[in-house]
Order: sequence, then structure tokens, then C-alpha cells
Amino acid sequence: MDPEIPTISIVDLGIVTKIASSEDKQAYVQLTPTFSGCPALKIMEEMVKEKLVAVGYEEVEVETSFETQWNTNLISEKGRAALKQHGLAPPPKHDGYIELDVLSDTPCPLCNSRNTTMQTPFGPTLCRSMHYCKNCSNAFEAFKPVS
Amino acid sequence: MEFNDKHVMGLKDLLYRMADDLLILGHRNSEWTGLGPILEEDIAFSSMAQDKIGQSLALYEILQELGESDPDTVAFTRNAEQFHSCHLVEMPIGEYDFSLVRHFFFDHQSALRMEMLVDTVVEPLQMVARKFKGEIKYHTMHADTWLKQLAATEESRLRIQTAINESFSMALGMFESSDYEKELIEANIFGGEDELKAKWYETVSEKLMAFGYTIPSLDSEASNGGRKGQHTEYLQPLLDEMTEVFSIDPAADW
Repeated sequence: MDPEIPTISIVDLGIVTKIASSEDKQAYVQLTPTFSGCPALKIMEEMVKEKLVAVGYEEVEVETSFETQWNTNLISEKGRAALKQHGLAPPPKHDGYIELDVLSDTPCPLCNSRNTTMQTPFGPTLCRSMHYCKNCSNAFEAFKPVS
Repeated sequence: MEFNDKHVMGLKDLLYRMADDLLILGHRNSEWTGLGPILEEDIAFSSMAQDKIGQSLALYEILQELGESDPDTVAFTRNAEQFHSCHLVEMPIGEYDFSLVRHFFFDHQSALRMEMLVDTVVEPLQMVARKFKGEIKYHTMHADTWLKQLAATEESRLRIQTAINESFSMALGMFESSDYEKELIEANIFGGEDELKAKWYETVSEKLMAFGYTIPSLDSEASNGGRKGQHTEYLQPLLDEMTEVFSIDPAADW
């Protein structure tokens, strides 16, 4: 589970980029950061290690690498639903290039209206922006699109 | 092509410039935490600080792979004259107009530098450049929004224009030539500071003029020296503050 968004697993978030295991209880997991300055990275590495040790692996290596670049298209459908359940608007799908105007009409996760405005691209964590829904008058957060 | 000693020295210098700029400006940006003129700005500068320090760590890690000390040692135990950062990033935060203009000048430079490095032959650098590019997009968007907005009233326009005029020579210091420009270019490591400066000037002057400001000439004198370890009186006190806790017990396990 993501320590900052507990409704989504890190697999559905798309940050697990390689896994390998062997019969003699060794495991290797490669993670890729959502944002380079994400403070949850070290915590996630530790959590992955603990889980694997708990299910019986004896030698576990967890590494963070930029080899595979994370982007918001890697979030699974299940993951997008989990974000919404947490009250976060899922990021719009993109084709590799992001125009930041897409942020201005992010659908409201509460009432689905597109009659919204972005207040600021910098939210409570690096991966979120803050918006306001003019339809249901609620403030909400969205997961920022990243290419 | 096979790298010789000069290529490696040039690459290290390039990485130190980028990482040191990001660490120092990240620290300066964090000084707005709790002091921003409005809550959203407080969070914006804090978030950008976090991005920059995260990016500097990734670059210090590449330096470590090239044989330099570990990131904590490099970040927290060097003196001012060992830093390759430019003068622009070490200046105190000043008034908000200066901090916004510095942010505009620096982040457009950073975005264009990453754009150039996406094609570098140095694979780990290529990977981080691709990553940072997506992050910096939000920084340049923030800077552009404010500079555009602040051109709207005479007082705010004048304050931003004054900050542009006063910080321009320091902005040019971002592009101080390295001793290894030729080697970096011939080995396809980096296209060079002059090429970057030309791209940057084209981008920022186009934007500033569209917003309603003027931009000083590219022939203005540059505030150089930072890349060679010659700093203003402001860097060492910043480092003393940044390393205060680390220095109490450098061997502490966090």
C-alpha cells in the first residue's frame, strides 16, 4: 500500500518495475519513484522488504531506479478507482506529451462535473494538485499527470 | 567513444554544477516555508524545494558511481569554495519579486538543460533528465503564471522589472563556461553552456516581452566565478545553517 494514499497498492500505482525471485528464498524488487523528491520512497522500500521477509524470503534486495520512468499512464484501472475512492481525481490519460491546460477541467471525484478550476499545481504531497468544483462547491485534490 | 580523464572531469564538473545549484536553491526555496505571501505560495515554494533537493540527491548518486564520496558527505561537509553553484542560487530570498524572478530564470534554464541532456551518451544522466523534465514543467508553469499576472498593475510590473534588471547578470552566471566545454561537446555528453544560454535567452525574452517586460541585453556583464568556487558572502552562512544539525554528530544514523 502507498503510505500517503492507503487505498492504492504500489503495484496498481505502477511503481514496481522489476521483480525476480529464486528457489533459495532470494528476492529482488525494483521500484521507480513517482517524483524524485518523494519522501515516501525509503518507507516503501522498507515496507516491501518487510512483506517479503514475512512471507518467507530470506534475502531481499529492494532498489529504487530511474531505469523505467514512471508516468501516470502506468496506474492500473483498479488503481484509478482506488484513487477516486480516496477522494483524489485520477490523472487524465496522455500520449506521452502533457499540456498543462488539462489540469483546468479535471473531473470532480465527488460529483463528476467538469465545471472545475485548478487552484494550485502544488498540493499536500508532490504528486497532487488542488482544485475547486463549481458544481458541488467542494474543494478536491487530483493526482497530477506526469509523462 | 572511450572517455579519457578530461571527459570524466568535465562530466563530474557538469554534475556538480547541476546538483549544487539544485541543493542550494532548494534550500533557499525552503526558507519560504511558513512565510509565503499566501498559503498556496508557501506550499508551492516548499514543494519546489522538495523536488530540487530530491533531484540533487539523484545527481550526487551518479557522482558517487563515478567515484566521488557519498551524497551526505558531499552535500554536508564541503566548504563554499568547493561548491560549483552559480551566484544566482545563493542570494538570500529577498522580497517575493526577486524570488519569483530567480525562480523564472533558473527553472527555464533547468528545463532546457534537461531537454539537452535527454540525448546525452551518459545513460544514468539521460534517465534522470527524462524524469526531471516532467517535474520541472510544473515549476516553469508556476513561474510563468505569476510573472504574467504581476504585469497587470503598474506597481507590481515595476517591481518585477526591477528584479529582472538587478538579477540578470547573476542569471548569466548560470552559463559560465567550464574548462571542459570542448570535451563535453565532442563526446556528446552535453551540448555546452553557450548553446544552452542561447536557447534560454530566446525562451525567456520571448516570454518576458509577451508579458510586457523588457529584458537586458545578452551582452550584459555576467556574474561569473561561482562555477569555479568563487562565491559571494552569502553562500558560507547558508552552508553553516544547512549543516548545523549534521555537524553536531556527523556519524549519527538517521
